Amino acid sequence: MKHVFKLFHFIKPYWKRAVIALVLLTSLVFMDLSIPRLIQRIIDEGIAKNNQPLVIQTALLMIGISILSMLIAIGNNYYSVQVGEGVARDLREALFLKIQTYSYGNLDRQKTGQLMVRLTSDVNALKTLTQISLRIGTRAPLLMIGSLILMFNTDKTLALTMLPLLLFTSAMIVFFIAKMEPLFGTVQQKLDRLNNVLQENIAGVRLVKAFVRADYEGERFEVANEDLTDRSIRVMKFMATMSPALTICVNIGMVIVIWSGGMQAIRGEMTIGQIVAFINYLLTTMTPLIMMTMLSNTWAAGIASAQRVNEIVDTIPDVLDSPEARPLPEQAQGRVVFENVSFFYNGNTHEPVLQDINLAAEPGTTVAILGATGAGKSTLIDLVPRFYDVSAGRILLDGIDIRQIKQDSLLAQIGIVPQESVLFSGTVRDNIRYGRPEASEAEVIAAAKAAQAHEFIMGLPQQYDSPVEQRGTNFSGGQKQRLAIARALLTQPRILILDDSTSAVDVETETKIQDALEDLIGQRTSFVIAQRISTVLKADKIVVIDMGRIVAQGTHKELMLSSPIYQEIYDSQLGNGFRLEEAATGSQRSVPA
Amino acid sequence: MTVPPSRTETSHIRAAMQPRGPRGIGKIEKAKDPRSTMNRLVPYLSHFKLGMVLVLTFVLIYTVLGLMGPYLMGVAIDRYISTKDVFGLARISLLMLIAFVLNNVFQAIANWIMAEISQRALKQIRLDLFGHLQTLSLSFFDSNPAGELMSRLTNDIDAINQAVSQNITSLIASVLSMGGILIAMFILDWRLALVSLLVVPIMLWFTNFVARYTRKGFERLQKHLGQLNGVMEESISGQKVIQAFRQNESVIAAFRQYNQEVYSAGIYANTYALLLMPLTNVLGNFFVIVLAGFGGWLALQGLVTVGIIATFINYGQNFINPLRQLANLYNTIQAALAGAERVFEIIDTPPEIQDASDALPLKAIQGEVQFDQVDFAYQLGTPIIKDMTLQAKAGEIVALVGPTGAGKTTIINLLTRFYEINGGRISVDGEDIRQIKKADLRRKLGLVLQDTFLFSNTVMENIRYGRLEATDDDCIQAAMMADADHFIRQLPQGYQTMLSERASNLSQGQRQMLAIARAILADPSILILDEATSSVDTRTEARIQKALLRLMEGRTSFVIAHRLSTIRDANNVIVINNGEIVEQGTHQQLLDRRGFYHHLYISQFKGQTI
Repeated sequence: MKHVFKLFHFIKPYWKRAVIALVLLTSLVFMDLSIPRLIQRIIDEGIAKNNQPLVIQTALLMIGISILSMLIAIGNNYYSVQVGEGVARDLREALFLKIQTYSYGNLDRQKTGQLMVRLTSDVNALKTLTQISLRIGTRAPLLMIGSLILMFNTDKTLALTMLPLLLFTSAMIVFFIAKMEPLFGTVQQKLDRLNNVLQENIAGVRLVKAFVRADYEGERFEVANEDLTDRSIRVMKFMATMSPALTICVNIGMVIVIWSGGMQAIRGEMTIGQIVAFINYLLTTMTPLIMMTMLSNTWAAGIASAQRVNEIVDTIPDVLDSPEARPLPEQAQGRVVFENVSFFYNGNTHEPVLQDINLAAEPGTTVAILGATGAGKSTLIDLVPRFYDVSAGRILLDGIDIRQIKQDSLLAQIGIVPQESVLFSGTVRDNIRYGRPEASEAEVIAAAKAAQAHEFIMGLPQQYDSPVEQRGTNFSGGQKQRLAIARALLTQPRILILDDSTSAVDVETETKIQDALEDLIGQRTSFVIAQRISTVLKADKIVVIDMGRIVAQGTHKELMLSSPIYQEIYDSQLGNGFRLEEAATGSQRSVPA
Repeated sequence: MTVPPSRTETSHIRAAMQPRGPRGIGKIEKAKDPRSTMNRLVPYLSHFKLGMVLVLTFVLIYTVLGLMGPYLMGVAIDRYISTKDVFGLARISLLMLIAFVLNNVFQAIANWIMAEISQRALKQIRLDLFGHLQTLSLSFFDSNPAGELMSRLTNDIDAINQAVSQNITSLIASVLSMGGILIAMFILDWRLALVSLLVVPIMLWFTNFVARYTRKGFERLQKHLGQLNGVMEESISGQKVIQAFRQNESVIAAFRQYNQEVYSAGIYANTYALLLMPLTNVLGNFFVIVLAGFGGWLALQGLVTVGIIATFINYGQNFINPLRQLANLYNTIQAALAGAERVFEIIDTPPEIQDASDALPLKAIQGEVQFDQVDFAYQLGTPIIKDMTLQAKAGEIVALVGPTGAGKTTIINLLTRFYEINGGRISVDGEDIRQIKKADLRRKLGLVLQDTFLFSNTVMENIRYGRLEATDDDCIQAAMMADADHFIRQLPQGYQTMLSERASNLSQGQRQMLAIARAILADPSILILDEATSSVDTRTEARIQKALLRLMEGRTSFVIAHRLSTIRDANNVIVINNGEIVEQGTHQQLLDRRGFYHHLYISQFKGQTI
């Protein structure tokens, strides 16, 4: 509940419309309540007393009232919708803006799917909550109170006999509501299980076919299917009981009115019109009870969503500019120094990702980083643009601690080709120009050429205007990587970071890219992560990382002599004892180690 | 007059209480051919003839009982209250009570039976769908990405379920009672009945009018929502890149624009959608008022009694409800039909290549494999494999080498008969594989794929997948052979550890070792191996390598090789480019030849001066 109130300020910009909606809603209640009373008048004073003008008059009055109430209801809907949609829009925007400020650490903890659910389903639930509350929020309780009052007003004794029934019905509704949610929860569980089997069979279809396991999988599905069916039937039966159970309460009420009202009428204490009106009030009282079930469900969903939405709203980005942060001078040198840097995720000191890293990258040099998956390579280079902040030690750029630099100006000097080449929907040109939308056509082509992408782009039907689908699904892994490289090169960064960005490119193309980069690299500092040892051979400095520590650094030649780990990696990739010289000459037999 | 606690309201609640899926709001879909989809759905119910007959009977009974209530009320007013007949009133009250109770009891029973029937029918649809999916060829799965297929199937099944759960019985009952009420009204008083009927066309016109705008509105909303979701999804999944390239501002600008469009479209669509309620309400009120007014006038003329008017007013409300309900259910039913249509589309997809009628079971085999002038294309006109001839003797290791897209994986897809060749012949021990039962063939083949797929089950069961009848000891033995035993025992629950989806609690290398153990347990005669490209640390790497060697021992092995050590161990290296074999021989022979392979190999060292 308090989570919902925390979001209450989202209604503020629309408070006038919300108040109008509520006022209209309240006035609707009076209209609703007047109709039974007027019918009573027709019967008692019109028909019974043979007063024809009164019948016609009252009927016309009723028509007027119902037209008015229609207009009011439409007005209420109109404003409720506006408030609801407005709240939804603002909420979406607030969440989206918040996510934009997230740093990598925040993004690691919350997956895209999760965040999407917050932006869609949860926002929707809160919109529904707003709308439903404005549309029936006050109406239900007011209607109930109003018709109760009128029932007592019409006939006190009869009204009193109704009271236990009303209480019983309320209790029953509460019972159904309380039972419903968990019941549906169990159905959802069974459904998830069934979907899991389905999912595994679709994703693992090769395996299922290769091992000829169709029958086995069929049995697994049958079990889950039966389980779900069984549970659904039980829940549906429960639900199917609710409607008759509620109806029977209303019906019993009607019988009571007819019987005991009839008795009173016979004794002359009550008119027939009153009986009919009473039945109508009875129906009017029951309606809000059922509306309440709807309302309570909406609120339950809304509260759960509000809690999740607040989690996002309350998240503080891991990396923030410090108040005294300065912009980086335009003419950065690009000297990057790691001083005793350690890093662990979420303050988990027991499992450091990086430990005591000391490393200097001189301007214009290339530093290659080598190591097994999970050794900490990507984390190391993610620290340079401050995607994560170091946990201990510091990183200096041209002698300034990067935490003292405005991140925006820092990023402006860094070009990154991430491990996973993310492309955006748009054209090929848009994607290359992504980091610098004002770049000229010639610059775009130059970058594409350097990334060895120009050739395949020209082979596309619309060349640079060819559409890229969301996430670049219409390009192969190698093509995506080359476009990502072109994109990074175009920003003309002082520091270039390549995170295993040629893994899907064949070796020959990779070599071409490397040659091109060499021409371009010139004055820039480059960090290159690679799996293939051939990629790193020419680096000015090769850094070998194992379990978060630098275990060796130097040039290829130095490391071949000094680092056993480097030799081991080299051997495993290029073959035991298969020496470079032999490969080059290719004439002698390799000597097994 | 206010809306009585109609069935409409409860079905609203039911809809609101449904497990909330990822369905968009106001999603309006239409089946292309609703009639034939309907016709295909009917057989699913025909298994339950007795049940359906029972439901219909009960519905009929309770509808009649439901009609009796208001009638008895009218009688009570006219005949007993007006005439002050206490015993009569008592009798009729009791009668009313019985009618009401029976009405609801029968209704509950009918609902229960219907719940059973509809869920059983739905279960059968799911089963048919799943059963058929199993028979579909790999090309179907290749052209339908897993994620998309999955979300489509779950959405479609959910759409059908939504409609089925909306208490079909009460819908039938509503329609029946509409007819019943009509008849009863005419019997009671034809003048009032005629006036009541006036409401129907107006109601239909209103519904139609509103529905037209609503549909247009929701279609527009759906379009804008799609765009907005696209923008949001793309920017969230690409958030890291957006930040790196400092494009937050432009992303936000795009988001704002789409968000605003959704806002306006949402207001339009929902304002129209919500029109229906007040309009039908006012119509309902009109109806009652006209009855009361006109009835009152008739009563004054002495043509009808007060009781009849009361009865009519009561009937009138029940008469309007089915119309409302139908309007509400319209979209749900449309979506269900559209979903069912797509499900049937999948069920109608022709299954994978069938065994030839004279296909023979495969006995124990040596494992000699021969490709004779094999041609293959995934799509007509773009051949992937051209006139390929290759041979692997029993127990040999054949390494397949070549650039990405050369056709290495395709060769494996053909050998496993995931795809059928277009020309030539593939034989195992001299037997054309098209003459062998597919299941038998595949049982002789062991597959270790690059992307190790593990099920969300225990480690033990994942290994046992290789041979279902294997004992625990067999599985542990296989794990030992694969060098996996050690790390498995270090897991929290050892062999009983549950693997999470996609086995994120295991490292890449560990997953590969499990796959190897699985293949060892399956004990195939021919082994097919797609080496993983991503590197694991050197120690694990060496252990995997050793386990693989153990696995390949004594079996004919086809390896899509990425590691030099594998290539060097191969009896035959087949170099493939553009779907053709360009060279073959041992590693050393190929290097000596200084051809394509040499070039491929040497290019790694280009620029390295010695």
